[in-house]
Amino acid sequence: MSSLIDLTLAESRDGLQKKAFSSHELTQAHIQNMENSRALNAVVLETPEQALKMAQLSDDKIAKGKAGPLEGIPIGVKDLFCTKGVRTTACSNILGEFTPTYESTVTSQLWQAGAVMLGKLNNDEFAMGSSNETSRFGPVINPWKSDGMDLVPGGSSGGSSAAVAAQIGVGATATDTGGSIRQPAAFTGCVGLKPTYGRCSRWGIVAFASSLDQAGPIARNVQDTAIMLQHMAGHDAKDTTSIDTPVPDYESALTGDIRGLRVGIPREYRVDGMPSEIEALWQQGIEWMKSAGAEIVDVSLPHTKYALPAYYIIAPAEASSNLARYDGLRYGARVEGNSLDEMYEATRAAGFGDEVKRRIMIGTYVLSAGYYDAYYVKALQVRRLIANDFHEAYKKCDVLLSPTTPSAAFPVGSNHDDPLTMYLNDVFTVTANLAGLPAISVPAGLDAKGLPLGLQLIGPAFEEQLLLRAAQAIETAAEFNAQPTTWWLNNE
Amino acid sequence: MSEAQIRESRVANTPNPKNLVSGATGDWEIVLGLEVHAQVSSEAKLFSGASTEFGSEPNSQVSLVDAAMPGMLPVINWKCVEQAVRTGLGLKAQVNCYSVFDRKNYFYADLPQGYQISQFKYPIVGEGIIEIDLDDGETKQIGIERLHLEQDAGKSMHDQHPSMSFVDLNRSGIALMEIVSNPDMRSAAEAQAYVKKLRAILRYLGTCDGNMEQGSMRADVNVSVRRPGDPLGTRCEIKNVNSIRFIGQAIEHEARRQIAVIEDGGTIKQETRLFDPKNGETRSMRSKEEAHDYRYFPDPDLLPITFEQSWVDEIAATLPELPDDKKARFVSEYGLSVYDAGVLVSESESANFFEQVAKGRDAKMAANMVVGSVFAGLNKSSITLAECPISADQIGALIDLVADDTISTRIAKDIFDMMFYEGPDQGKDPSVLVEEKGLRQVTDTGEIEAAVDAVISANPDKVEQALAKPKMAGWFVGQVMQSTGGKANPQAVKVMVLEKLGIEEA
Repeated sequence: MSSLIDLTLAESRDGLQKKAFSSHELTQAHIQNMENSRALNAVVLETPEQALKMAQLSDDKIAKGKAGPLEGIPIGVKDLFCTKGVRTTACSNILGEFTPTYESTVTSQLWQAGAVMLGKLNNDEFAMGSSNETSRFGPVINPWKSDGMDLVPGGSSGGSSAAVAAQIGVGATATDTGGSIRQPAAFTGCVGLKPTYGRCSRWGIVAFASSLDQAGPIARNVQDTAIMLQHMAGHDAKDTTSIDTPVPDYESALTGDIRGLRVGIPREYRVDGMPSEIEALWQQGIEWMKSAGAEIVDVSLPHTKYALPAYYIIAPAEASSNLARYDGLRYGARVEGNSLDEMYEATRAAGFGDEVKRRIMIGTYVLSAGYYDAYYVKALQVRRLIANDFHEAYKKCDVLLSPTTPSAAFPVGSNHDDPLTMYLNDVFTVTANLAGLPAISVPAGLDAKGLPLGLQLIGPAFEEQLLLRAAQAIETAAEFNAQPTTWWLNNE
Repeated sequence: MSEAQIRESRVANTPNPKNLVSGATGDWEIVLGLEVHAQVSSEAKLFSGASTEFGSEPNSQVSLVDAAMPGMLPVINWKCVEQAVRTGLGLKAQVNCYSVFDRKNYFYADLPQGYQISQFKYPIVGEGIIEIDLDDGETKQIGIERLHLEQDAGKSMHDQHPSMSFVDLNRSGIALMEIVSNPDMRSAAEAQAYVKKLRAILRYLGTCDGNMEQGSMRADVNVSVRRPGDPLGTRCEIKNVNSIRFIGQAIEHEARRQIAVIEDGGTIKQETRLFDPKNGETRSMRSKEEAHDYRYFPDPDLLPITFEQSWVDEIAATLPELPDDKKARFVSEYGLSVYDAGVLVSESESANFFEQVAKGRDAKMAANMVVGSVFAGLNKSSITLAECPISADQIGALIDLVADDTISTRIAKDIFDMMFYEGPDQGKDPSVLVEEKGLRQVTDTGEIEAAVDAVISANPDKVEQALAKPKMAGWFVGQVMQSTGGKANPQAVKVMVLEKLGIEEA
């Protein structure tokens, strides 16, 4: 049975279609692995009964020849996605035992396609973090280890990346506001894709920063990522920022042929103090692309250095307003007080963690009278310039290639007292969010300590097909097949 | 004119002596600007599909969006946008084809999102004008600064439980138009006339029902006072005044309070005040220092509202005739007095009622009947025109009976009362009543002659007087009318009386 969890999404799909095994068997195997992998703390709510019920329905459909494209495939769902009848907390105490009466558009599309829900996955509280250490449920431990130390799986979608890397789920949903899909994917040897802003509906996803948030998949390889995205993307009348443009067939875009593709190398991404390993990996990526027939172009994104500061103004500003609804009145946790204001203060003091409070305060500050123009307005101007940089770059190239992160996964607890260093993790990823562009991280190699590293490709808006095709070229060239040792398994 | 120039010209305005208020130390001028919140007439809320019906069970019209559940997103209701555009056109205002929704952030129990979606920097409607009608028949132009769309909040109820407050979110998310005037008004009467005119325009347009008792129209009143000719004084804002009468009371009280403070050597502090209808006074709610920093910023969940000018033009083509145009037409087309025309156009329903009555008939007679009888009757019975027991056609038929001399105007009045007021004849057709009651006017000269003769022979002393003073002939006409139960044609009686008395027309 254990071999079933080794199957990729495409292999699982094909096996189910050929009736080599049932969804019940596949799901049961993953449930077993989920239970054996609790040491990772990747799953904050296991839903085995629901999973088996869904698997049964899938098996019925397969038997009747009415299988959907993801029929019977068990996946995990980031706890930021509202799931009907299943507790959804964004991993924050303030949501208490909140159980939505509605299903997010993205997950309902996945269930519509036949996917099976294994459980809710850990993440940084309200998706604010780059290490999955701010969750109310405690940190997620990266399946990858070095020097015997517990490492972070990246964040905020650390539960998703760890669950995929540990083969708990065949794939997982995730969200990316400043790198929250790509960075954890890179830290765990997975593929993660942040689609174009507006490609997936945000309806039913707990909001962090509305103009930056975008749902996307984390999966084991590029093909699986393409298949997942296929059923997450689409226009939704309930989200007016989602774009009404057809969803192309992503899987069939994976032709393996990138001859003539112009790959831009943004010179400003060569940041000071970048480890030589990262530099070398990037160079390796360039060579792979060249060998596959791509043309390498040197491009400039001159406003890159302002991206991180702009991001850490815009995202907290929106968050400070988005999180105002968590006031203890209608749902979630409440701490009583002698007046309305006291109740608000007590509830929010107890309900939010330090990082969330920090960002609410930053956001409130930058929107305040007297500071608005100097911070928020300026950040919006920077955002426009960054989008223009990309626009100019794409006159010379088709995709951009960069490292995903400035380092490999770091030890749990190492950046606790230094939020700025933590924020630097997002230096290569935030630009795509600010410009609303699609970007993907592909595992490309291991560092000296044997930890996975990722390369990032950033494409023009709605060019996910191109991005996936280029990413697969790297995947093929890299022949990345390293696996973490399964130290965490509890096989009692 | 630039904004500064407009402000300057306003400041330099020579005050109308009628509007000056005398204090202990001299005259004062009141300066008023209004922010009216008008609930948009639409089936659904501004950003959700929940119903806007008034008076439903608490929290029965609340969508997931209205309750600000996690992950919920607003979706603009284009009907509300259309209504705002329509209103902008009715206010002869600039309609902006590009406008932006902003978040106004503050915490309150009846504000589930923790912010109100409103429009701050880029409102959907810019500057416009309203012409108000004053009691002396004068008109005055009041500038509109802007109109923007925003969400209403829910309702907090503090009187339902000894230790808890309850919140009803039915109103949460309903679309409001905030219509901001320039500080162009100078008396409570002007402010009241402004609200009346604004309400009439909104009702004509069908964009707000103007129902102040149900809260679908509320006003924030900005009041300041100054010595005539001085620059603007410090203003206080009186929040949420919900009737035209209260607007008058609140302004009168607040102006007197401010004058008293200044005359006592004090200064006015900019603050928000509340009007208490129980004692007719205003009281401080929060000072400028306590004012919220709303941290407005563009709502990232919503794209800017954009539309083509051609859509605005299409809406403009469907605009009804508005009160001012209708009033002018009633004067020129029907020859009505400005007063009657003004009364008739104050509601589109009454204007329509009048026009139906006047169709093919003497317009002045129709106006007299509608204003003098129907409106007076409605007032007396405290009912609305919609509840009027008789139709415009029945009123028309009554006028026709007078016009063709079937009945006298006096009988017409009696018949109207029978038709209008509660009783066995309420709602009956006038021709039926004329027959049933035998009220047909007597035009038979023989009958009239007999009646005249009878009065003359019974009153020789009056005949003497009439010969000396021909005006006394009217007394005989009255007597004859009385003896015939009002059924005699008064013109015929008059001719006969003069002839019998042998006197010339008085």
